[in-house]
Amino acid sequence: MSVKLNTRQVGDVTVIDVSGRITLGEGASALRDALRELTAKGNKKILLNLGDVTYIDSSGIGELVSGFTTVANQGGTLKLLSLTKRVKDLLQITKLYTVFDVHEDEAHAVRSFA
Amino acid sequence: MATDTDVSTGVREVFDHHYPSTLESVDLAENEILKAAEQAGFDEDDQHRIGMAVRECMVNAVVHGNRYNRNKKVHVRVLVKEADGGRLTINITDQGEGFELHEVPDPLHDNNLLRHSGRGLFLMGAFMDDLKVRKAEQGGTEVTLVKNIGPKD
Repeated sequence: MSVKLNTRQVGDVTVIDVSGRITLGEGASALRDALRELTAKGNKKILLNLGDVTYIDSSGIGELVSGFTTVANQGGTLKLLSLTKRVKDLLQITKLYTVFDVHEDEAHAVRSFA
Repeated sequence: MATDTDVSTGVREVFDHHYPSTLESVDLAENEILKAAEQAGFDEDDQHRIGMAVRECMVNAVVHGNRYNRNKKVHVRVLVKEADGGRLTINITDQGEGFELHEVPDPLHDNNLLRHSGRGLFLMGAFMDDLKVRKAEQGGTEVTLVKNIGPKD
């Protein structure tokens, strides 16, 4: 299974529910395209829900980092929600866990953008 | 799968295949090695780590080594040693121009943290017990990934 993205609006925060695999190829490029499209439209508060991500490789990590800088360069903020243990471990060993603002609870995450 | 055992070393070759330089090969090799890791007795977490190290290594071989050249292959060999606690050894060799290990930037350095790429080799080292990179005798790069089945350090 490759990646599936569902975008929804919660107040002024755009939540992207990501499920499946964020790996080199279709998965990573789908996430890149979605984030570029949202920033091009002017969305500045983006919450990436990774709760149903089953697998992420270094290309997927690269897309998270690129998404983070792309959104920041447009004056926005990208935050992460509901990391699985494996994704959390991966972000910790690559020293990226503290780069991102990571949340466990969606309502709390949405409020944190205010 | 081949099951040739070298009696003197107790090392059994469980897989030997030459893959074309495509992204599909990355998935195929990862799946084959996941099967070998399960049969060798690794738990689910270690299987995931091994699979991910293989994925990163295959991506490097296909994308950076062979540069998707369909005339070039990626040679994958898997060896299992059951004595002394057990050990899984994976050799992945491309036919690319090679690279200098010391020229690969440290992905954990502050200046490199937000780089888009460059974490593959680091992750291979993090997920396996041993990682060796050398120029293959016939040209290209040979990466050896080792995971011990028995108690870890």
